[in-house]
Amino acid sequence: MVTEDLSRKPDLAHVRRETGVIRESLGYRVFRVVNVTALLLVCAVTLYPFVNLVAKAFSSEGYIAAGEVNLIPRGFNLDTFQVVFADDLFWTNYANTVLYTVVGTAIAMAITSTYAYALSKPHLKGRTFFVGIAVFTMFFSGGLIPNYILIASYLGWRNSILAIVVPGALSVFNLLVMKSFFENFPTELEEAAAIDGLTTYGIFFRIVLPLSKAVLATMTLFYAVGHWNSWFSAFLYMDDKSLFPVTVYLRNLIAAATGTQEITDGGEAAQVASNIQAVTMLLTVLPIICLYPFIQRYFVSGVMLGSVKG
Amino acid sequence: MTHSVEAQSAPEARAAAPAREHPRRLRRKPPRRATVTWRRALARDWRLYTFLVVPVVFLLVFKYIPMLGNVIAFRRFRPGGSIFGDEWVGFYYFEAFITNQQFWNVFWNTVILGALTLLVTFPLPIVLALMLNEVRSRRFKRIVQTISYLPHFMSIVIVAGLVLQLTALNGTVNQVATAFGADPVPFMQRPEWFRPIYVSSEVWQTVGWGTILYLAALTTIDDQLYEAARVDGASRWKQTWHITLPGIRPMMMVLLILNIGSFMAVGFEKVLLLQNPLVYSTGDVIATYLYRVGIQSAQFSYGTAIGLFEAAIGLVLVLLANTLSRRMVGTSLW
Repeated sequence: MVTEDLSRKPDLAHVRRETGVIRESLGYRVFRVVNVTALLLVCAVTLYPFVNLVAKAFSSEGYIAAGEVNLIPRGFNLDTFQVVFADDLFWTNYANTVLYTVVGTAIAMAITSTYAYALSKPHLKGRTFFVGIAVFTMFFSGGLIPNYILIASYLGWRNSILAIVVPGALSVFNLLVMKSFFENFPTELEEAAAIDGLTTYGIFFRIVLPLSKAVLATMTLFYAVGHWNSWFSAFLYMDDKSLFPVTVYLRNLIAAATGTQEITDGGEAAQVASNIQAVTMLLTVLPIICLYPFIQRYFVSGVMLGSVKG
Repeated sequence: MTHSVEAQSAPEARAAAPAREHPRRLRRKPPRRATVTWRRALARDWRLYTFLVVPVVFLLVFKYIPMLGNVIAFRRFRPGGSIFGDEWVGFYYFEAFITNQQFWNVFWNTVILGALTLLVTFPLPIVLALMLNEVRSRRFKRIVQTISYLPHFMSIVIVAGLVLQLTALNGTVNQVATAFGADPVPFMQRPEWFRPIYVSSEVWQTVGWGTILYLAALTTIDDQLYEAARVDGASRWKQTWHITLPGIRPMMMVLLILNIGSFMAVGFEKVLLLQNPLVYSTGDVIATYLYRVGIQSAQFSYGTAIGLFEAAIGLVLVLLANTLSRRMVGTSLW
């Protein structure tokens, strides 16, 4: 909704152009050409790594090794895809990523939405305290090692999905965004529902949640993309290969291909790896790239909501 | 568990809230809610309080216990022993790293890398936002925004993978270099190239997304200011300098303070993925050093002491930046 405001700004330049009241100076016209060119350049630089990645994914090893693959595939073939598809570990890890993303997002949404709803009620006694204990963790937190000791040694969650889906289940930023959304929820609706005999639970699940789809979708996307992209907690708490998410699979592939031991023998292995790396990277980002055009505006509105209230 | 926590906060919540905030409104509307006792509040809102149980337990276990766990920086920790350590050793572990030459190497690497990142990635989103603001075609503007936000959604593993591919011996950077007659360079094995490559990848990943808040701030500037300036004969540059930039200054200051706060925590995950032992002399930072000695070599107390030191510097920096900003330009986070 905030993105809409951006485009609703009165377009004075347009008015000026139509009416021809004020002529533009030559300098300004030059500036505009330079500006548009520079922005096109920004787009090109942003997109180039992705284009290069796609080109490498469809190229044969020889051309990549010779450094001849830039924008278009050379020696077009799909063999590399077959090699990657044939690796069972890749599919296992890809499935793990899906599982961790779904479970992690579900847990995070359950905790965040109930917490945010309770905090959004002004008559909740001790509200300041309950907001405070969450906000404080934004400024001060336990370091890497105390967290590691708690999760790996004390809770014994090594090689457990819990180590991945539970510790990050509450983002205070998302909590504050959701809280401010619920605060603006029309009280009349809730009061009417209460008069009709609904309890707090009924109001929350049957009135508030169904009418908050926009913010729920935004928050779900925030958490889901975070889980899809995350690798470090799995890297830290897991040593069983079959439990890795695909990001860790990819990390190990890259580390093996670009490790310092590789540079000395150079040969075939490195070339195949750079091919396979490209395909694996492509398959990892594919869901995000496909969804991106549709989800981007939710992210933008979420960030701006948070910046106003958080 | 939650009940005792609620009880502790009762007096302050009762005393502070109404009296301080709305002295004027009090006269018309007596503070009915503030006098509700905990027993009455729980009887009335018990269902709402059940919503708080899981999140509060979660915060206690996963945020507050690790926070208290920082105490092992001052205590000897025995694997399998108490999570809070076994015996006090004072500043033993702090002395250990302060007298360690390797620590100071990674300390200065962190400061330099953090400073370079801040210097480059802080102003660029402002420039890009101003450029986008001058674009007339809304369609073109939206396309540029969509494309430039894209890298923000990529996993750090992907970003690191792209960087390593582009800077490899057969990568694009070397192709361009050889086209201009230079010899190919194995960039990721040369310590002197680590910082430029890291900062460039940060620019690629963050600049587009960084414009969002500035673009939002730009829409709040009153168009009448520009009209008035034009009537007074101000050129486009003057308008930018005297109206646009002052208009987004509060946003700039807030983001600057936040950036300074995360200055010492330079992108840990990305550095970890990009570095290799050949570039440790420039590419090893406190966070990655801490990870190696703390987790990989299992020196838990030593690592925690370093982590606390880093966090303390971050906190001091943010407080300092906030105070300076409030004194000099009147903008602050709190």
